[in-house]
Amino acid sequence: MYSEKVMDHFTNPRNVGEIPDADGVGQVGNPVCGDIMKIYIKVKDNIIEDIKFKTFGCGAAIATSSMVTELVKGKTLEEAMQVSNKQVAEALGGLPPQKMHCSNLAADALHAAIQDYLSKKNG
Amino acid sequence: MTRRVYFDHSATTPVHPEVVEEMCRFLKDNFGNPTSLHYFGQKARKAVEEAREKVAAAIGANPAEIVFTSGGTEADNMAIHGVAYTNRNRGNHIITSAVEHHAVLNTVKALGKQGFTVTILPVDQYGMVSVEDVAAAITDKTILITIMHANNEVGTIMPIAEIGRLARERGILFHTDAVQSFGKIPVNVDELNVDLLTISGHKIYGPKGIGALYIRKGTRWRQTLFHGGAQERLRRAGTENTPGIIGLGKAAELAMANMEQEAAYLTRLRDRLIREVTEKISHVRLTGHPTKRLPNHASFCFEFIEGESMLLSLDLQGIAASSGSACTSGSLEPSHVLLAMGIPHEVAHGSIRITLGRDNTEEDIDYFLEVMPPIVERLRAMSPLDQETEFALSDRCNGCRVSHTCRV
Repeated sequence: MYSEKVMDHFTNPRNVGEIPDADGVGQVGNPVCGDIMKIYIKVKDNIIEDIKFKTFGCGAAIATSSMVTELVKGKTLEEAMQVSNKQVAEALGGLPPQKMHCSNLAADALHAAIQDYLSKKNG
Repeated sequence: MTRRVYFDHSATTPVHPEVVEEMCRFLKDNFGNPTSLHYFGQKARKAVEEAREKVAAAIGANPAEIVFTSGGTEADNMAIHGVAYTNRNRGNHIITSAVEHHAVLNTVKALGKQGFTVTILPVDQYGMVSVEDVAAAITDKTILITIMHANNEVGTIMPIAEIGRLARERGILFHTDAVQSFGKIPVNVDELNVDLLTISGHKIYGPKGIGALYIRKGTRWRQTLFHGGAQERLRRAGTENTPGIIGLGKAAELAMANMEQEAAYLTRLRDRLIREVTEKISHVRLTGHPTKRLPNHASFCFEFIEGESMLLSLDLQGIAASSGSACTSGSLEPSHVLLAMGIPHEVAHGSIRITLGRDNTEEDIDYFLEVMPPIVERLRAMSPLDQETEFALSDRCNGCRVSHTCRV
């Protein structure tokens, strides 16, 4: 059902954990749907210097969380905001259609973390 | 090579070698159509009738009361549709439970769209329907009660004999889906007081694509789904699945011969599994009834983590199990059974069902107990949920019991 890349990220997820003094934190999903993704970012000079995630969800949810952290680490905030859920799924070699809706929210969690950072910075 | 352990016998069982052998004879040499009058056909007819006798004997029925179907789903549909439409002049109310298999639940809901009124009864925290709730739901329009014998997801055994007695007293037809219980615990149509009963072949080491519906003699039921030839005494048109029927007959015979011994063996394995899983791993809930449960059935909710992730991790270690999480059902909702038992969504997503079979061993249990704790630990380390957040999330539907009558 899952691509080799999905299984690779599921079995060896990258950047798992929390950043205690994160500059931004984003959480999406809900328990009814069964996926909750939380992303922590550390930003320096407008660049995502560090990123970690925690996910409650299926194999696809864990793999997409892991992949999005890999895709944006070292990128500017503007570049990271351009990353979409579709791109994350493509980077994993695709996801089964029924997984696209609920378990592929990783980019949304990332965007929420960036928004959190920006609102703290501006606010 | 990865060790392979099969713990998903409620989904399907391996076919018993003696069943395979018996079926092969009817796939290779005795290929006749049982409705044909010649030698080949009559040989097949004789074998079909012998299988009917074996199935009937296994449930304490008369062979003439057995109709072969393509499986449990067809038998459930035939039973419910047949009773509903035959008795429509007497009433339009059907009673079922919230934890039925979709073959029953979706069938009664479909009838709800065709002018029938459906009461879906709640269950308690163990997934059990109460006889009192059934009694309270009966109206003068009730024509059918359909409650499963044992639940497929949590293994709870329902008080079918008592519900059947009640139905009989009130003159209401009673159907039970015995797909999960047949072959594992005694299923006798007279002791259970049922008018109709469903069984399936592939849950008892028989082939897939074959099942049977018991219809008590004199029951106001007629065929409403299939129109065609006169097979099965006009009750199920279509050429008989002869190898499947023979396989079901043989599987039923073997199940009866081995049931007592197997049930004792599986109960011992199951109890050890339940005891050690709940001892070794924190925040685990046993789902289903603590004692009134199928001998081979152990089901749990592991808090803070999700079922499919556990299934994938177990599969990578060679262990096959199942889950009621949304991600394994193709919908966004976790198991309707677990939700009906009042288990919160986020906990229901973390369900695992372990269903044992005759080939499982103590070593299989050892292996599961070795593999499972690190899987849980790894996934929990990745999860944003913990005891604190879960309590916050689940502060709404714990222990709720929902009953409703719907016209859908």
